[in-house]
Amino acid sequence: MELIDQRTKSIMEGCKERARKAGLNFQEETLEYIVTNRDLIQLTPRLMIPTLYDYWVHDVEVLKEQGRYELYPSNPYETVINTRPAISFYNDNNPDWMNVMIFYHVLAHIDFFQNNVYFRNTWDYDFTGQALSDKRLIAKLRSEKGRWVDYVIEFSRGIDNLVGYYSEMTSHDHLPHQNESQALDFYFDVFLQSTLRVPVTEYMKELEKYNRYTKEFGDTAEQVFFTEVRSKYPEFNSLLGKYRKSHSDIRCDIFQFILNNSEHLRKEKNAWIRSIMEVVRKTSVFFQPQIRTKIMNEGWASYWHEKLFLADDRIKGHEIDFARTHSGVASLPRVGLNPYALGMRLFQYIEEMADKGKYSAEYIKISDSLEREKYDKGTKRGLDYIFDIRRDLCDTLFIDYFTDQDFINKHDLFVAGRRLNQEKMVWEYYVKSRKVEDYKEMLQDHLYHPPYIAVERSPEDENTLYLNHHFEGKPLVNEYISNTMLGIEFLWGGPVLLETSEPVSVSQGERRHPSSGDNDKAEIKWKRVLYTMSDRKLTKKELE
Amino acid sequence: MNENGREKYLSEKKERILKELNGSMNHDLPSEEESGKWRLSGLYDHSDLLLLQNAQTVSNPVLSLASLDELLERDRLREKDGFPRKIKVGRLIKPGKIDNGAIIIVPSTVEEKFIHDSAFNYTEGGESGGTGEGEEGEVIGEQPVRPEQGQGTGAGEGQDASHDVQNSAYDLGKILTEKFELPNLRDRGARRSLTKYVYDITDKHRGFGQVLDKKATLRRVLETNFNLQRIGDINNIDSTDFIVSPTDKIYRILSREKDFESQAVVFFVRDYSGSMEGKCTELVVAQHVLIYSWLLYQYAKRVETRFILHDTGAKEVPDFYTYYNSRVAGGTQVAAAYQLVNEIVEKENLAQEYNIYVFHGTDGDDWDTTGEKTLPELNKMMEYASRIGITIASHAYAANEKTEVQAYLENSGLLEERSDLLRMDVMSEDASEARLIEGIRKLISHEIPV
Repeated sequence: MELIDQRTKSIMEGCKERARKAGLNFQEETLEYIVTNRDLIQLTPRLMIPTLYDYWVHDVEVLKEQGRYELYPSNPYETVINTRPAISFYNDNNPDWMNVMIFYHVLAHIDFFQNNVYFRNTWDYDFTGQALSDKRLIAKLRSEKGRWVDYVIEFSRGIDNLVGYYSEMTSHDHLPHQNESQALDFYFDVFLQSTLRVPVTEYMKELEKYNRYTKEFGDTAEQVFFTEVRSKYPEFNSLLGKYRKSHSDIRCDIFQFILNNSEHLRKEKNAWIRSIMEVVRKTSVFFQPQIRTKIMNEGWASYWHEKLFLADDRIKGHEIDFARTHSGVASLPRVGLNPYALGMRLFQYIEEMADKGKYSAEYIKISDSLEREKYDKGTKRGLDYIFDIRRDLCDTLFIDYFTDQDFINKHDLFVAGRRLNQEKMVWEYYVKSRKVEDYKEMLQDHLYHPPYIAVERSPEDENTLYLNHHFEGKPLVNEYISNTMLGIEFLWGGPVLLETSEPVSVSQGERRHPSSGDNDKAEIKWKRVLYTMSDRKLTKKELE
Repeated sequence: MNENGREKYLSEKKERILKELNGSMNHDLPSEEESGKWRLSGLYDHSDLLLLQNAQTVSNPVLSLASLDELLERDRLREKDGFPRKIKVGRLIKPGKIDNGAIIIVPSTVEEKFIHDSAFNYTEGGESGGTGEGEEGEVIGEQPVRPEQGQGTGAGEGQDASHDVQNSAYDLGKILTEKFELPNLRDRGARRSLTKYVYDITDKHRGFGQVLDKKATLRRVLETNFNLQRIGDINNIDSTDFIVSPTDKIYRILSREKDFESQAVVFFVRDYSGSMEGKCTELVVAQHVLIYSWLLYQYAKRVETRFILHDTGAKEVPDFYTYYNSRVAGGTQVAAAYQLVNEIVEKENLAQEYNIYVFHGTDGDDWDTTGEKTLPELNKMMEYASRIGITIASHAYAANEKTEVQAYLENSGLLEERSDLLRMDVMSEDASEARLIEGIRKLISHEIPV
């Protein structure tokens, strides 16, 4: 891997100027590297992060039949990574015009990384630097603990798709009242109302008292107030302790829960396991926003590389080359989904709509289609509007808010269905629906969505980890359950339970002869089952 | 199962049989261009490097050169540490087309997590986006149905790339015997001794020896040069630039070899009726590759193999490739296959000269529900065979119901009476690789099953 030559770099600096003028916003420094096939061999299993930790599975073919994206939140063939400075990769034989096009694409990605709020958790540090120190840590541990390090990596990776990305996000986004003390919440919301069951008048008195104290004592009000409370109710402290314990983990993922609560990991000799788990978790959280903004991110980058390339006077004469490559990237497939094409068109559509002032209550009220079409307030606010969208939304919301019937009609989009024609023994692809509701539903169904598995307290036994899979219509991949639970048991250091749903019985031929097309979608009955992993043995029983 | 359930099961069964009968499936081999996997592009299949820069997906050349042994050693340690094995070998072995003894192994693994089973409902997986003309309901394209068996399920990118580890079935048999601790074969007794030794240049040795093994040496040299970063572009290797270390040279060296006098004929019998579509077939062929390799090793390659495919009729096919890849279609008559085996044995007088093994893989469906035609053929077979192993890969939907083959075999009492000769192993079609190897052990071991 070597840096791109100075000549190309200066062309790219020219691109940066033009992109900035157009409104993109990104850090000044970037790094561009030339990559060979050899480099790609090293980089792709490491998700293009040159400094990612070593792990033997990186060097083995990994079965991908189950849909790679379900397992990993990142794409192994990214051309730019979200680091500080951002690093991008180029073939060594790219012509200049192509590098310019790619670089515009890259710049828009960097703009997206650095401005979209879903990437908030990646803004404060350089991931490559972090990864390098993690890599060294793991290498050091490996020299001490040998293959056990790899087991811990393996088991931690087994749950790394269940990291609490969203709860992590909210922790970056403090609302003012969240700073208030938990003791106060407990005293007024629980202790007075549920434990003491004081009458309303007394409750109001307490409230007034507290308010009076805040005026009198300022910052120390709480302290004074609770000193009095404690002398009055000696049991308050222990009750508060209990409350804290049961509420502290309410939003945390399996990873954090294990790290916070496992007796096994608290032991000194197991401290190294915690460090590795932290590394794996951090790495996963870092990649999470990427897969949740795929359509937007690629759409945004395609929108800008087209716009900026065509406006760039330095590369006149390469329009046809550009058109060929660009259409390969951003044309809508007859059947199939292309995030570049879809995202780009949606951004263009939104800009056009907003330019005419169509995102307004006035416009929505118009039902005459001719009038709708002619509607133009000439607000020319389109560009600002899409910049706001790139800051605020992720794929789910982007699709939900802005895909409408006009957009579907404009680009002749439809939901393509697949059915078996038994006479001819062929799969037939057909136009299933041109309704926006169906199209949206189909898209949402394709979006990344890991199972929602939460830790539930098991009151009887502190040593048992109870996982509850909140069922959303799709079962878990059955053959993976055993080994995943085995890994969790190892990390947790005690029995692990998983409650999930399974089909009662798959009716005849459904899995083998998907012949009847739409009809076999119905008729699946579900039952709740409980898997128990204890002493590396898996048992299953039906609930109810 | 109550009356109702039973009735439902029977009517479903009737439907299945009719489907097998009337279906227009055929037993063709998959054609060349079909073997590339065809699927719709999904949202997350696109990425910058591939689309914008047309980067080639290349695999790790050092990995291709690495020996399977290393990976299996890791796996063996896993077992020792009390964790299940993780390297999958069996599911990805495919017989090569050119050389009968050559098979292709892609060592692979999977990272297990809690994820949604998106393949659960076929119709959902088939839905996608589209653009262009067409009324609702209009068919816009067709794609031939291709049963996926025989194409090395999901070797991932390994499928078309040329980095498969070429291994001979003999080596795999050795690995199976040693690493998976499959039992060694006991000779049937009456035949000649097993303990005669000859000297042959079969073992490999680094540094010195009798005959230079050019292929193995070149591999080592390549690996060394990769590690020294002397190879930039793997598509354009300049071999004149190589550094060759003396320890890179690999020789064949004279070593003592068991000379197995006894020879064997193995009949592999596979049900390729329509109901075998999908996982059942994968399971059966994967197991047969493993057994084939194991026997090849046990008999030091002095094994003759015969391949029989059957639906309602039976036919012999010339090589493992055809055996492995032929598609499923038609109905099921087990008796036809056994009859053909008996005929061949009789006609060629094989019983006199050979140890005879018969391995049969089926999903347990048989139109001859009571076994009245099958059992006599089986009895006849037991007169000469050293071992008959029947694998039943039962469908998930029939998990609670005994399959016909299983039922009539058990009812006949032959399994207990002749447990030295006849073994049956029933597994569900979702069985793991470990279960597969366990199954082999069951089929070939000497211990009488309890």
